[in-house]
Amino acid sequence: MSKVKKITKNQLFLPVFCMFLVLCANIIYDVAHGSPFYNFFAVSITNGMLQGRLINILNRGSEIAILAIGMTLVVSASAGTDISVGSVMSLCASVCCVLLAGAAAPQATELAVPLIVGVLGGLLIGCVCGAFNGFLVANLSIQPMVATLILWSAARAIGLLICNDLIVYVRNDTFAVIGGYVGIVPTPIIIAAACVVITTLVLKKTAMGLYIQSVGINKKASRIAGLNSQRIIFLCYVLCGLCAGIAGIVGASRITSADSNNIGLNYELDAILAVALGGNSLGGGKFNLIGSIIGAYTIQAITTTMYNMGVSAAVTPVFKAIVVIVIVAIQAPPVRAFFKKLSAKKGVVNA
Amino acid sequence: MQDNVVLTMRGICMTFPGVKALENVDFTLRKGEIHALMGENGAGKSTLIKCLTGINDFEAGEIHVDGVEGAVKNHSTLDAQKVGISTVYQEVNLCPNLSVAENLYIGREPLTPWHSIDRRAMIKQAEELTKRLDIKVDVTQNLENYSLAIQQMIAIARAVDMKCKVLILDEPTSSLDDSEVEKLFKMMKGLKEQGVGIVFVTHFLEQVYAVCDRITVLRNGTLVGEYPVAELPRVKLVAAMMGKDFDDLASIKPEGFKVDENAPCQIEAEGLSHYGTIKPFDLKIHKGEVIGLTGLLGSGRSELARTIYGADKANTGTLKVAGKQVKINQPIDAMNLGMGLLPDDRKAEGIIGSLSVRENIILALQAKRGMFRQLSRAKQEEIADHYIDIVRIKTASRETPIAQLSGGNQQKAILARWLATDPDFLILDEPTRGIDVGTKTEIQKLIIQLASEGKSIMFISSEIEEMLRTCNRMAVLRDGEKVGELDGELTQERVMSAIAGGAKSE
Repeated sequence: MSKVKKITKNQLFLPVFCMFLVLCANIIYDVAHGSPFYNFFAVSITNGMLQGRLINILNRGSEIAILAIGMTLVVSASAGTDISVGSVMSLCASVCCVLLAGAAAPQATELAVPLIVGVLGGLLIGCVCGAFNGFLVANLSIQPMVATLILWSAARAIGLLICNDLIVYVRNDTFAVIGGYVGIVPTPIIIAAACVVITTLVLKKTAMGLYIQSVGINKKASRIAGLNSQRIIFLCYVLCGLCAGIAGIVGASRITSADSNNIGLNYELDAILAVALGGNSLGGGKFNLIGSIIGAYTIQAITTTMYNMGVSAAVTPVFKAIVVIVIVAIQAPPVRAFFKKLSAKKGVVNA
Repeated sequence: MQDNVVLTMRGICMTFPGVKALENVDFTLRKGEIHALMGENGAGKSTLIKCLTGINDFEAGEIHVDGVEGAVKNHSTLDAQKVGISTVYQEVNLCPNLSVAENLYIGREPLTPWHSIDRRAMIKQAEELTKRLDIKVDVTQNLENYSLAIQQMIAIARAVDMKCKVLILDEPTSSLDDSEVEKLFKMMKGLKEQGVGIVFVTHFLEQVYAVCDRITVLRNGTLVGEYPVAELPRVKLVAAMMGKDFDDLASIKPEGFKVDENAPCQIEAEGLSHYGTIKPFDLKIHKGEVIGLTGLLGSGRSELARTIYGADKANTGTLKVAGKQVKINQPIDAMNLGMGLLPDDRKAEGIIGSLSVRENIILALQAKRGMFRQLSRAKQEEIADHYIDIVRIKTASRETPIAQLSGGNQQKAILARWLATDPDFLILDEPTRGIDVGTKTEIQKLIIQLASEGKSIMFISSEIEEMLRTCNRMAVLRDGEKVGELDGELTQERVMSAIAGGAKSE
C-alpha cells in the first residue's frame, strides 16, 4: 500500500500516467481495427531508416521537447512564460538559411558558408533574442508575458525581412542531415536527447537548479542570501532563446527551407503546455525537467494519434483540446483531493 | 451550552504527516472576555486556530458556536465568517494596492440600485468605522501608504465590522511598537465591552497580563490547562508552557562579559547613508562585540543594518571592514567580506518556502562558493544535519519543505544558514520575533557564544530587556538618524530615556 502511495505521490506519476493513457488509446484503436496490439510500438527499418509511429512521435516531438527545456527554466525562475519562442524559432531559421544560401538565395543547393557558421549564426540570434527578453524581464522588471510579447510579434516579421519576404530554400544534403537521419536514427531525436542530457548534467553538477528555484520562489530572500536574482533570471531567458534557436534550425532543416510563416507557429503554446503537463507550477519555483519533456512528447503523441485515427488536420485541435482538458483536470488540486478522499474511504472499508 | 459561552471546542485532534499536531484539545471562550492562547512554537496554537477558521480539517472533536444549531465544521474562512468567527493574522492579509475603504468592504461592498459599487456610501461607512475605532487614516488612500501597524488595525476593523462574535488575533502585536500596541489594546477593550469574545495569541508575556482575562496553555499539541489570569503568575505560566522551570534569563551574560576596547575594529562606517531611510551615520564595531540597535519601530534600525550589508546600497559615506576600505553594491559583496544578515521579515526575506530545510541551510554558503562549485550532496547533508543538531531545529527530516516548520524553527534554520557561512560580522534583525521563550533564550545564548569566539554581532530587537541581557553597547536611533551610543552600565531607564530623546549629550 505504502509503495503504491509513494509512486502515486511522485510528481512524475501523472505525466507518465497521461502518456500511458494516450498510448492505450492507440492500442485499443489498433486492436479494434484488426491490427495487432503492438502495431503502435512496431519499429521497422525501411530504406535504412527507422520507421514506425513511436519513432515518428519521438522525431516530430523534438522541437517541443527542446523548447520545453528552456521554458521550464524561464517559468521556474521568473514565474512567467516566454511566449516569443515560436517566433524566435522562425527568426533563427531565417538567419541560418540566409547565411547558408548566401548570394544564391532564395534557391540554393550549395552552402555559401560552412554549415557550422550558419548554425552558430542561428543560435547566436536565438541567444540575442533571449538576452533581449531577459533584459526586459530581469533588469526592467517588465512582466514576462508583456516583455516577450514584443518578440512574439516582431521576431517572425524580422525573419521575413531578412528573407526579403521569400521562402529561402537550402536544398543541400549536409544541411538536411540536421532534420534528417544519422545512420538509421532521426537526427532530431539525437539532438533533443543531447539537449536533455546536457541540461540535466548541468543542473546536477552545478548549483544552477538550486539558484533558479530559489530565485523563483523568493526573489528578495535569495538576494539577501547572496544570489544575484537579476543575473539568474537573465541567464534563464538566454538559455530559453538558445533552445528556441536549436529548435528553429532543426525545423528549418526538416523542410530544407526557412518558411518564416510556418516554422514554429504556435509552438510557444505547446511548450508552455508541456511544462504544465509535466506537473510544474506556472507560478514558478520548484521544477522537474523530465516532467516537462514527458509533457512535450505527450502533446506530440496526441497529435500523431489523431492523424493515425484519420481525424482531419483541420479539426485535430478540437480533439487535442478535449484530451488536454482531461489531462489538466486530472492534475487539478480539487480533482486530486477527490481521488485522495475516494482512496482513503476505500482504505477504511478494507480495514 | 452555558449562556455566556460563545465558543466551545471539545476533543480536537489533528495530525500532520509524521506529527501529531493536536490531541484532544478543549477550548472555551466566553462573551466579552480576552482569552490568551499560549504555548511555545509548535505547541499547536496556530493549528488550533486554523481548525477553528476552516483552514485545517480536524480529524476528531466538535466545535459549538453560540447561536448555531449543532456542531460547526468550517471548511473555509468564509464559512467561519458566516458563523461569526473572524481572524486577523500576524501577516496582514489585505490588498496593499486597494484603498483603505475598498479593503474594509471588499467582498461586501455597498451597492447602488443598479448593482454597481456605491463608492460614496462605502467611503462614508469606512470613515465612520475608522472614526469609531479611532484609526486616523484617509480611507481613499491606498493601504500600502500606511505603516504595518495601521494596516493591522484596518484588518481588525474589517473583522469587527463583520459583526463577529469571536475575534481571533494571531500575533497581532509582533510588528507594532509600544504606542501602537497601546492603541490596539484600547480597541480590544472596547470590543470586549461590546461582548465580543477575543482569542489573543501572542508571545509577549507582558501583553497577556495587560489585557487578558483568562489563559489557555498548550504544549506539544496537548492542553495543559485553562487559568484565570490572576491565578497564574508569570513564572508559573512560563513553566506551564515549557513544562519545566527555565534558566534564569538574567544570568545568560557571564560576569565580566565586556568588550575589549583595544580590540581591532571589524566594521567602521563613516557617513554611510541611504536616501530616504537612514541619514548619514558613523559606527565602529569591535571584534567580539555585541552591539545593539535600539529605537522605536521605524526609527531606522533595520535600515542602518541593511545599508551596511548592502541590501540597500549606501548612497554616501565609506565603509571599512577589518581596516580595509570596501565598496559593497549588493549582499554577495558583503558576504564575501564575511558578513551575514538575518532579516526581520522572515517570510518575505528569509525562508525559501518550498525548498527543503537542507537547501535553505546551505543556500548562502553555496551562493558564496558560486554556481559552478557545487557542494556535493553528501557535504550538503552533513552541513544540514550538523546545524539541525547544533541549533536544535525541530523538523521531520532535513528534506522537509521549510514552510512546513513552525516560525521559530524556520528562524533557527535561517540562523543556521548564516552560521554555515562562518561570518565575522553577523547582523540579526529581530531574530526572536514571534518565537517562544525557550528558543529566545537559546538564541541569546548563541549570540553571546559567537561573540566570545571573536565574531562581531549586531543585534536588533524591540524587546529592550532582551537587548540589555546580550549587548555590550547600544546605538540609539530616532527618526532615521543615529542619535547616540550607550555603553557602560546599561539599564532599562537609560535606554528608554535615550530612545525618547536627550541622548545626544552622551
